[in-house]
Amino acid sequence: MEPMKARRGVPFSSFRAEVVAGGPGPFGLRGLMTAMMSECHLDQQLQLVTADTSEKTDVVLLACGSFNPITNMHLRLFELGKDYMNATGKYRVIKGIISPVGDAYRKKGLIPAHHRVIMAELATKNSHWVEVDTWESLQKEWVETVKVLRHHQEKLATGSCDHPQSSPSLDRPGRKRKWAEQNQNSSPKKPQAFKPTGVPRVKLLCGADLLESFSVPNLWKIEDITQIVANYGLICITRAGSDAQKFIYESDVLWRYQSNIHLVDEWITNDISSTKIRRALRRGQSIRYLVPDLVQEYIEKHDLYSSESEDRNVGVILAPLQRNIAEAKHNSSMA
Amino acid sequence: TTPGSSEPVTRRAGEEHLQPEPVRPRQPAVQVVGRVHQAEVNHDDTAPMTAMMSECHLDQQLQLVTADTSEKTDPTLYPGKYRVIKGIISPVGDAYRKKGLIPAHHRVIMAELATKNSHWVEVDTWESLQKEWVETVKVLRPGRKRKWAEQNQNSSPKKPQAFKPTGVPRVKLLCGADLLESFSVPNLWKIEDITQIVANYGLICITRAGSDAQKFIYESDVLWRYQSNIHLVDEWITNDISSTKIRRALRRGQSIRYLVPDLVQEYIEKHDLYSSESEDRNVGVILAPLQRNIAEAKHNSSMA
Repeated sequence: MEPMKARRGVPFSSFRAEVVAGGPGPFGLRGLMTAMMSECHLDQQLQLVTADTSEKTDVVLLACGSFNPITNMHLRLFELGKDYMNATGKYRVIKGIISPVGDAYRKKGLIPAHHRVIMAELATKNSHWVEVDTWESLQKEWVETVKVLRHHQEKLATGSCDHPQSSPSLDRPGRKRKWAEQNQNSSPKKPQAFKPTGVPRVKLLCGADLLESFSVPNLWKIEDITQIVANYGLICITRAGSDAQKFIYESDVLWRYQSNIHLVDEWITNDISSTKIRRALRRGQSIRYLVPDLVQEYIEKHDLYSSESEDRNVGVILAPLQRNIAEAKHNSSMA
Repeated sequence: TTPGSSEPVTRRAGEEHLQPEPVRPRQPAVQVVGRVHQAEVNHDDTAPMTAMMSECHLDQQLQLVTADTSEKTDPTLYPGKYRVIKGIISPVGDAYRKKGLIPAHHRVIMAELATKNSHWVEVDTWESLQKEWVETVKVLRPGRKRKWAEQNQNSSPKKPQAFKPTGVPRVKLLCGADLLESFSVPNLWKIEDITQIVANYGLICITRAGSDAQKFIYESDVLWRYQSNIHLVDEWITNDISSTKIRRALRRGQSIRYLVPDLVQEYIEKHDLYSSESEDRNVGVILAPLQRNIAEAKHNSSMA
């Protein structure tokens, strides 16, 4: 395994098992411990030193995307990610978060965020652990994925440090998320069944398409990709036999942090992309059983998708491309 | 019903597109009731017409012969020749003796839960209630108690009468490519049965785009002859959700959420239906069609 350097902002709990199990090996253990200790309160430092290796890291799965519309495939990602992480024995998935992108993303065919949020909420209405967060969708400007991860990780850290015993309360959809509140009441969404022992870690849940989009010019900043895989982690659901492993091999950044990239085989494959759903709707074809019933009814009731809706943002440059190209120009003109 | 009559067909919420939805059971257990257009009857073969007519009442035969080829239907809703009015799921009986097959009543209940909110697809239990295994062609054949043989004008909650059918609805077998290709498994099907199915009824076969279904039809004389009765439907939004994979996932403690309807998933979980034990049911037992066809072949050869 590649030696991992201690970095500021790297949460200690994800390293706990490696630190203790690896002993004083190539890590520069003392340096690592010092860096980590500076992040925490004293009582948590004591927990670090005496931590039982059999303790699991609580994980929150965050999925970013257009969800235009949300489909059963998106929902499956969460189920597969949870099964996989729980089966490793090192993690315990406590929550799933769907974070629809804001309208400022300017993607072709992207319909207004409030519809996409409502559909995601309808899709997760009967889920005990997956919910929708609207913070990203409410921002006026497009928000880089790494910032969304950071936003959610900070909320979890704030919540946990005040009262390490509780998990954040979960309100019903539509109400303001009260991440930082520490109450012992069991919510209908997630009754208190256990006491988490550290700050839950947010990890990015995605499909192979997102992973491979890392190589699209100007779509991602290299610093962002690095932070995502170094500080947070990726859980990537891919069809068995896909090129994801090769893609990781061919990228120095991904290779370096490959232990933070979990590739999950999807053996029960499905091809239910939002693009195909929109295409079927334009052609008057049934999307029943490809999206949750409530979502299908909502789409039909509001006639959300058509040739017109598909033409939204035509000719407009995608927000990340615009931003990254502009920054690159600016940087080169400064040089 | 009067020949050629039609009422404006209104499209109700939820009754979206009236296309057969892909349901792929192991045995051909899903039927779509469609209406054969006069033009579809192969005039070169009198046999199919006779077979169909023998199934019908006299007045309905008259309707079949005199059906107006230019019948008015709303072309934006029904641009083609058929109007799908019902979908039927017919779970196989326990006597099929397939490995891993759990009792029929559970399978029927799950199918009913799955179609609870469907306006047009429903479950028929006749086949599952038979003590002996029933050949597929016999399931297609209308009998006295079969739902689609009924010509009642009452609107049911499941399917309110919005139009008057002008002929006897035709039953067609809905299946996946696996069933079509199972025709070549030795002793699984009687050649007479396959012939009757494609000649008298028709097949609607949902296949992944680019599959070998067309080649399979080409390589079979029977299927080739009645190819106009075999409709291959491209499935562009593919999914690999087989029951085998679902049972495997359950044995391994993996989630099947969003692969089956929520009510089905809850029912399975509540009754702990699938396990290594359930998968061992009928192990070492020969499948009913194989047993029956092999026995008949032996009998026939000993008589020769």
